Amino acid sequence: MASTIAPIAPQFDDAVQQRDASNLGIWIFLATEILFFGVLFAAYAITRTQHTAAFAAGSRLTDLSLATVNTALLLTSSLTMALGVYAAQSGARRALVRWLSLTVILGVAFLVIKGFEYHADYVEHLVPAVDFSYPGAQAGEVELFFYLYFVITAIHGLHVFIGVVVISVIAVMASRNAFGPAYFTPVDLTGLYWHLVDIIWLFVYPMLYLVSRS
Amino acid sequence: MSSISVAQHDNYLTADFRLWSWLITLDHKRIAVLYTVSITLLFFIGGAAAAMIRLDLLTPYSELVSIETYNKLFTMHGVIMVWFFLIPSIPTTLGNFLLPLMIGARDLAFPRLNLLSWYLYVIGALFAIESLIAGGVDTGWTFYTPFSTMFSNTHVFAAVTGVFIAGFSSILTGLNFIVTIHEMRAPGLTWFRLPLFIWAMYATSLILVLATPVLAMTLVLIAVEHFFHIGVFDPALGGDPLLFQHLFWFYSHPAVYIMIVPAMGVASEIIGCFARNRIFGYRFMAYAMLAIAGFGFVVWGHHMFVSGQSAYAGTVFSLLTFLVSVPSAIKVFNWTATLYKGHISFEAPMLYALGFLGLFTIGGLTGLFLASLGLDIQLHDTYFVVAHFHYIMVGGAVMAFFGGIHFWWPKATGRMYSDAWARLAAIITFVGFNLTFFPQFIVGYLGMPRRYPEYPPEFQIWNVLSSAGAVILALGYALPLFYLFWSLRNGPAAPSNPWKAKGLEWQTSSPPLPENFLRTPVVAEEPYSYSTGGSTDG
Repeated sequence: MASTIAPIAPQFDDAVQQRDASNLGIWIFLATEILFFGVLFAAYAITRTQHTAAFAAGSRLTDLSLATVNTALLLTSSLTMALGVYAAQSGARRALVRWLSLTVILGVAFLVIKGFEYHADYVEHLVPAVDFSYPGAQAGEVELFFYLYFVITAIHGLHVFIGVVVISVIAVMASRNAFGPAYFTPVDLTGLYWHLVDIIWLFVYPMLYLVSRS
Repeated sequence: MSSISVAQHDNYLTADFRLWSWLITLDHKRIAVLYTVSITLLFFIGGAAAAMIRLDLLTPYSELVSIETYNKLFTMHGVIMVWFFLIPSIPTTLGNFLLPLMIGARDLAFPRLNLLSWYLYVIGALFAIESLIAGGVDTGWTFYTPFSTMFSNTHVFAAVTGVFIAGFSSILTGLNFIVTIHEMRAPGLTWFRLPLFIWAMYATSLILVLATPVLAMTLVLIAVEHFFHIGVFDPALGGDPLLFQHLFWFYSHPAVYIMIVPAMGVASEIIGCFARNRIFGYRFMAYAMLAIAGFGFVVWGHHMFVSGQSAYAGTVFSLLTFLVSVPSAIKVFNWTATLYKGHISFEAPMLYALGFLGLFTIGGLTGLFLASLGLDIQLHDTYFVVAHFHYIMVGGAVMAFFGGIHFWWPKATGRMYSDAWARLAAIITFVGFNLTFFPQFIVGYLGMPRRYPEYPPEFQIWNVLSSAGAVILALGYALPLFYLFWSLRNGPAAPSNPWKAKGLEWQTSSPPLPENFLRTPVVAEEPYSYSTGGSTDG
C-alpha cells in the first residue's frame, strides 16, 4: 500500500509540529468535556446527598440489565477502537476499516438499546414533565432523580451519536486510503474522544443504576 | 518565503478586496478585524442600554421607563457587555491579531477553528439581540433561579441560547491560543522570553477553557428547566437554587479575570515601551497572571456571602479572596517600578495605560472591602459593588483595550492617527469614568441598592453626578470612532515601528504581510530590552 504523506497546513513548519498541535488540541478539548459533565455529576452528587432515600428508590426503577449490556457494548467498542488505532499505526488498511466499522456497530447498538430503555421508562410513567407518576413517598424527589437520569443519559447519548457519525466518516476516509503509518492523526484523535465518552459512561452507570440499589 | 510575495508587497488588507474573501478568511489578522467590527457594534448597543439606565436614574422616580423596562435594560446591558463585549474584547481582537505575530508564527494553530469561533460569536450575538427585539429579559445577567426558570415570562431561552453558543466561541479561542503558544513559538523564543501579553493570553485561555464549559452546562440546565418547568434548581421538588449560584459563579468569577488579565498584558506592553524600561520583575509578572488565573477558580463563594452558604464556607472564601490581592499588588508595584527612572513619554496609548493603572488599583482595593464578611453584609447588592466592578472591568479592562487599540492601530491599519485627539479622548474617558462611578461608591456605601429604578430623594445628587459623568464618558468612547476612521483614509502612513517598541510584531511591515514574516524570525534577546538601546527602526 502506498504510504500516505501528511498534508501539512501552511501555518505549520513540519508534520511533527502539526501532529503535536493536534494532539494537544484534543487533550484540551477532552478537559473541557470533563468539566462539561462535571456540572452534571456535581448536581447529581449534591441533590443525591440531600435526598438519599428518594434517589435510591429511583435507582431501583431503572433497568439494570439493559444498562449492563450497554456497558459491555461500550467497553468492547473501546477495545475495537484501540485495535483500529493500532491498525492505522501499522498501516493495515483493511483491518482499520474493519475495526472502525465494528466500533460504529457497537455504538449504534448502544443507542438502540438506550432507546428501548427510554421507551420502557415512558411506558412505566417515569418521564418527568411529560408523564410521571410515582406511588410512594417523596414523589417529587424521585422525579428529580429521573430528571437527572434523562438529562445525563441524553447528553451522554448525544456524545455517543456524535462519535458514531465521526467514526463512520473516518472509516470511509480509511477505506479510501487516507491514512498510513506516517499520518493517522484523525484516527488517533477520534479514538481519544471515543475513549472519553466510554469513561464518562463508566461514571454514569454506577451513579444512576448501581449505588444503593440492593 | 517566495520572491513573488516580495515583489507584490501585498499586505493582509489588500490581498483580496472582495467581501467573500473576508467571510471565508483563515488569516488571524482578518479574523481579528471581523471581531473588532462586531464587538464594537455590540459595545455601543450595550452602551445604549447603560445610557438609558443613567438617564432614568436622574430622578428619584422612574419617569422615563416602566419598572419592567428598567429590569430589561440592566439585563440587556449586563448580558451584552459581559458576554459579547468584555469577555471576547482583548483576546479575540488584539489577541487574535498579535499572538502569531508576537511569537513569530504564520498563523494560529487552527485557523478554521478560529473562523468558526467568530461565526459562533455572531450567531450567539444574534440570539441575544433577538431576545431583546422580541421583548427582552428581566432576570439580570445572572439568570438567578428559580426566577429565571419558573417565574420569568420573558425571553430567557433565547438569551441563554445566545450565551451558550458564544461560550463555545470562547472555548475554541482559548484552545487555539494554548496550542499555538505551546507549539508554534519562533526559534529562540523560550517561555521566559515571551512578551507579557502572550503570558496574559495564556493565563486567560486557561480560564476560558476550564471555566466556560461549566457555564455552558449550567445554561443547558437553565434552558431545560425553563422549558419543562422541572429541574434541580427548583425548590418545589427538592432542588437547590443555591446550587445554581455555585455553578454560575464558578464560571462567572473567573470570567472577571478573563476580562482583566488580558488588560494586564496590554498595559505591560505599553508601559514598558513608553517608559523605555525593562518590565520590572518580568518573571513575577508572568507568575502573577497565572496565580490570578488559578486563584480565580477558588473564590466564587464571595458572591454568595449573604445567600445562605455556611459561615465556614464564607470564611474560607473570604480568606482566599484576600489572597488574590497578592499577585494583583505584585503587578501594580512592578508597573510602578518599571516607570521609576524610565524615560517616560505621554503618547495616547500611555495615557490609557496609566489610566488603567490608577483605576485598576482603586477597583482592586475596593474589592478588599467586599471580601470582608462583615462589611459585605452592608455593601452587598449596593452601588458600591457596581462601582467596584466597573472600576475593574471598565476602568481597568476597557481603558487597557482602548490603549491597546491605539498602540497597535498603526501596525494593524498602516496609518497614524492624530495623537492630540487621541490624548484628548483618553483624558475625557478618564475624567468621565471617575465622575460616573466614584459617586456610586458613596451612594452605595450610604445604602442605595442596585437594580432599582427608584431611590430616596437624598441620593439624587450622587445619581445626577453619575449621569453627568456618563455623558462625558460616552463622548470619550465616541471620539476615537471619528479620528480613527479619519486616519484610515487621511492618516500618514505608519512605519513598521512607530513607537520604537520591542517585540516581533514591530519587525514586520505595517500592515503585516498575509504570511506575517518574510523569514521566520529568530529570537536572541530577552523581552523588553529597552535600556540596552538599539531599537528596531521602521
